[in-house]
Amino acid sequence: MPITMIADHEVHVDDEGFMTEYDEWDETLADTLASNIGISPLTEDHWKVIRFLRSDFAEKGETATLRRVSTVGEISTKELFTLFPKKPARKMAYVSGLPKPAGCI
Amino acid sequence: MTTTETSPTIVPDFGDDAEPRKIAFVCSKGTLDMAYPALIMASGALEQGVETHIFFTFWGMDMINKKTTGDLKFTPVGNTTATRQAHMPMIFTAFPGVASIATSQMKKQMEALEIPDVPSFLSHLTDMGCHLWACKMSVDMFGLTEDDMIDELEGVLNVGDFIEIIAGAQTMFI
Repeated sequence: MPITMIADHEVHVDDEGFMTEYDEWDETLADTLASNIGISPLTEDHWKVIRFLRSDFAEKGETATLRRVSTVGEISTKELFTLFPKKPARKMAYVSGLPKPAGCI
Repeated sequence: MTTTETSPTIVPDFGDDAEPRKIAFVCSKGTLDMAYPALIMASGALEQGVETHIFFTFWGMDMINKKTTGDLKFTPVGNTTATRQAHMPMIFTAFPGVASIATSQMKKQMEALEIPDVPSFLSHLTDMGCHLWACKMSVDMFGLTEDDMIDELEGVLNVGDFIEIIAGAQTMFI
């Protein structure tokens, strides 16, 4: 696993650049991760998604899918496509320091 | 003494600058087990930012008919996988009630995987920007009107118009 620097933090990432250690992420990293992929600035609406993903991962041990964010997190799929354009499932996982969702839907 | 090597920042390639992609599914079957493959693949495509179209034709019309969309069935008749899994001789599969049991079992399996039922799935897809089309000839053949079909439907198309809309798309017939 490569180690890289994000916002002055040394973190473990996979070959694609997704963070692999849940505890290495903190809120100060999110802005840098987001701007790396062209999302800037992060708004309160983005934060709602990020906080849901983080707490859901802590509980379930896997990254929530778009469907789960809409049914359990109560954030509509349409809104997710606005906040994290084109590939919301992967982009929101990346910004939240989580692996890509494994589920198909 | 060991030294830790720090790599330069790796940023995932989300393909934002790549050429836009397009995918189309033709759904021609009205059974539960043949409805899900297109729905799941369409959802995956939409999540990857791919423009996605689904064209419902023939028995696939049951997927978008308000009367049947929530009541698609699965029958193990002629299905060697299902009979093997259920340890059931093929001749029993045609008995009354077997299709209902098989259907409710499949629905339970889908639910356990947090996969929505067909009506919720279709509205989840349109929330993601999926285009749903009904086949003009099938609409005429079954004597349907737009009121008979789910609200998420974008329109009724003849084959020529559909072929034009999906120019350049990867297409799957199911």
